[in-house]
Parts: sequence; structure tokens; C-alpha cells
Amino acid sequence: MAKLSYHYPLIIRIWHGLNALLILLLIATGISMYYVDPDSRLIEFSLAVQMHNISGIILSFSYLIFFIGNITTGNRKYYKMPLKGLGERLLKQSRYYAIDMFKGKKKPYPITEERKFNPLQKLFYVIIMYIGVPLVIISGWGLLFPESIIKAMFGLGGVLITVLVHVAMGFFISLFLVIHIYVSTIGHTRSANFKSIINGYGWVEETEEVS
Amino acid sequence: MKIIISFLLTFFLASSLHIAAQPDSASLSADLEKYREANDFVDENEACFKCHAETKYVLVDEFFGREITESMCPDKMVLRDEYYDMVHKSFACLDCHAYEYEEFPHPLEARLEEPYQCIDCHGYDENYAQYQFENIEMEYMESVHATNVDNFSCWNCHDPHTYQLTVRDEESTIKEAIAYNNDICLSCHSDFSRFELLTDREEISILDTHDWLPHQAAHFGSVRCIECHTAISDSTLVAHHVQPIEKAVKKCAECHSKNSILMASLYKHEAKESRKKYGFINGVILNEAYVIGANRNPTLVTLTIVLFLLTLGGISIHIIARIIFKK
Repeated sequence: MAKLSYHYPLIIRIWHGLNALLILLLIATGISMYYVDPDSRLIEFSLAVQMHNISGIILSFSYLIFFIGNITTGNRKYYKMPLKGLGERLLKQSRYYAIDMFKGKKKPYPITEERKFNPLQKLFYVIIMYIGVPLVIISGWGLLFPESIIKAMFGLGGVLITVLVHVAMGFFISLFLVIHIYVSTIGHTRSANFKSIINGYGWVEETEEVS
Repeated sequence: MKIIISFLLTFFLASSLHIAAQPDSASLSADLEKYREANDFVDENEACFKCHAETKYVLVDEFFGREITESMCPDKMVLRDEYYDMVHKSFACLDCHAYEYEEFPHPLEARLEEPYQCIDCHGYDENYAQYQFENIEMEYMESVHATNVDNFSCWNCHDPHTYQLTVRDEESTIKEAIAYNNDICLSCHSDFSRFELLTDREEISILDTHDWLPHQAAHFGSVRCIECHTAISDSTLVAHHVQPIEKAVKKCAECHSKNSILMASLYKHEAKESRKKYGFINGVILNEAYVIGANRNPTLVTLTIVLFLLTLGGISIHIIARIIFKK
């Protein structure tokens, strides 16, 4: 049986909301800069640059809080992903999204007090939070100081590589955002997860399943 | 009779004056040998350089047995090293200057002679047709320098005794060319002692007037002043129509865009190369600097659009399935 439980503490919700806002700003301004044109209706270049820089700097600190928080608090348990049986778990979850959910079958890895994320979610979150976001932040800081950091290391080639990494990671994070928002509609009800990120109450299975 | 006496006296005294100024002769001889590789008139030119290449010269009056040391006016100085390393390095001084200059003291009629301007030698000559000096002259005549400043000429920016080729010179990097070109503007616009000789305007600070420009150092090192401060035309290789300040380019997107004006200005001479040489739009610019918005990789853009559409397609199919199965 699922019950409504206070599952998402305020600090996590604020962090999540701030990240959402910053990433939306970064995507909008990032696209505006990459596709800049005197006649385009995108955000004006100098404003986009400023907004992108400020949002990126705040996001870096937000990420630092996440990183330190995940080392020092119990929050890291939600991200633990034992390799043993990983493939099988991912397949089971994928099969649920592709076939089983339409047959009315139960979720193979429902949300419990001990498990916030299903195996597929976990894999995506770990890739995004431990590979994608760090790369986009490091390359972003490199581009904030192109003359001092990058030139000293590689010259122009360094700037180009940094830009490619930054743009590619920014794109993958954007793709993740689209998928993330869509998958959020597959909750207890279509809007349940969106309510949860605001009020903190989520539908949690009472019976514990081993993942 | 009085006139004849005065003339004879002047002539006699003048002919007794001569110049005695020579730097360390051993090092000069070695240098002269080096200069001979570039110029066939080194010895003839020394008649001028022995004073005009030095900060001081000694004026000797043999008749009265007197001598004085005079300072050479900086505007009249031409350094040998600079002269024999510039575009006109093969020239004899008297190719451009009147033969009367061979006399000392230089006669007034020679000193009042109008100096040649670029167009006088380079204009309407098929040997120089590709450099479009006629268009340059027309553009210059419309520039703020020609219309707002008295006694401004080609010389203020392009001293024919020192001018070097940079953008078209294969040995110079584009960064060196940019630095050399910007130095021409800054020699007056950031040196008030020279600036005030040409205008009554108050001192300006280039850093302050450009404080709106982010990454100032990167911009100043990567583009020429004229990229933003001249009207760019299709007909001239190097734009010379310097415009009033209110017409300067201030919109970032003018350079930071697919149709970057840098392709029509700084990189004009290279723009004929394939745009796709480096796999990037405006690849020519990319060769020297990454310009956000100007350097897009068409393959990556297509790839991202395809991936994005695939994702949206997958989600759409899932939504349709959910509607059908009421999930």
C-alpha cells in the first residue's frame, strides 16, 4: 500500500528548485549565445552572457553543496548503485516503462523510505551529477577566464576543446531535463511528483523491497 | 651691391658649415653591410642618416672654428633599423625627397615641398591595382580624420619611413598584425602629447570608453580598432572610412554571429578559403580565436537537432501509448 509521507525535506526542495531555475536560465541563455544573430528574437547577447555567467557561478556553488552534502550526510545512500545485477535491474525498469506499465503491472522498484530512485533513474542521476554537471562546471569556469587558464595550458585548441565539452554537456543536460520532466508524470498520478517537489509529501510504498 | 655682398656672405658662411656626427663606426659599418642586402643606395642615404638617424648632431663652422651639438627633432628622425626593414626599404632618400636636400643647411624651397601621399605613387597604377589605393583614398577622404582634423594625412598613421606589412605578410601572425595595427591608433588615442597636437579635444581614456566591453584584453588582442570604428565596404580590402564615435559597432552580435563582420574585415583576405576547412562555420576566424556565435559546427548542430527530435519522438510515442492504455 502506498501512503503519503513527508519524503523530501525543505532543504532538498530548495536545492532542487534553485537548480531547476538555474538550469532553465542556463539553457535559454546558452542557446541564445550559440545561435546569436542580430535579427534573432533570442535573449540579447550581452545580457545572455551576463545571465549565463551569474547563473553558472551560482550553480557551481549549488553543486558544491550537493557534492559535500552527499559525502557528509546520509543522502548518498540514494545514489548507491551496486554493480552486481545492475543490468538486470535496468532491464526490469526499462521493461516496466516500455511494456509492463501498460499492462497494469506494479512498479518493480517503487519509492520507499529507503529508495528514492529506481535503478534507471539512479543511473541517469549519477551520470548527470557526477560526470555531466562537473564537466560543464569545470569547462564553464575555464571559459570565464579564457586568457589566463586555458591559454596557459593548451592555447587556442584548449579553448575549442573546452567549448565543445561545455556545449556537448550542456546539450546532454538539456536532453536529461526533457526526459526528467516527462518521466515525472509517471507517478502515483500524473501530477503527484510535481506536487511532491513543492510540498515535500510523496507517495511511498510501505512494504520494503530489496533492490 | 649690398644684396650681392649679403648673398656672397651667406653662401660663403653656409658652405663653411658641415655636419660632424657619427655613431660608433665599427658597429655602423657592420650594420651598413647588412642594410646593403635590402638597399642599393645605402652609402648615398648615409648623407641623410648621419644626422636624421641620430638624436644629436654636431654642427661645425670651419670658418670661425666653432661647433655646437644640436638635438634632432624626433619628427625628423628616421632610424636605420626601421627604415631598412619596412615596405620602402629599397628606396634612396632622394627618390622621394628633393635633390635640394643634398645641400646643407637645407634650402627653404626644399623644406616647403609637399610630402608625397600614398595615392601619389600607388594610385592609378596597375602594379598596385589589387590593393585598391583609389578606394582607400576615397574612403579616407570621408573619414573623421580627413573631415574633422586639420593637417591630417596618410602619414599620421602610415609613416612611409617605418610602415610595415602585417596582415598580408605571411611571416606575421594575425595577433602580431592586430597589435601593430592597433598601435597605430593608440599612438595618438592613448598618448595625449601626440593627440593634442591634432585636436582641441580633452584627453580620453581608451579603457574607460570601452569599459562596457567584456573581456577587454581578449578583445583588444583579437580584433583591430578599425573592425568596429570603420564603415566596412565590399570594395576595399582594408577599411579606411573611420567613423564618428556614435556609429561605432557596439552590438555584440555584429561579430558574434554566423554573418560575423570579422569575415568582411579582419579575415577578408582569408575569407575566400573554404568556410568548412575546419569543419566550422567561419572556420577562418576559428584558426585564430574562438568567437562565440560565429564558430558553429554544422555537423554538431545537426546531430543535436536529430538527438533532440528522437527524444521528443520517443516521448510522444510513450504519451500516445499512455493515452491508448489510459495509464
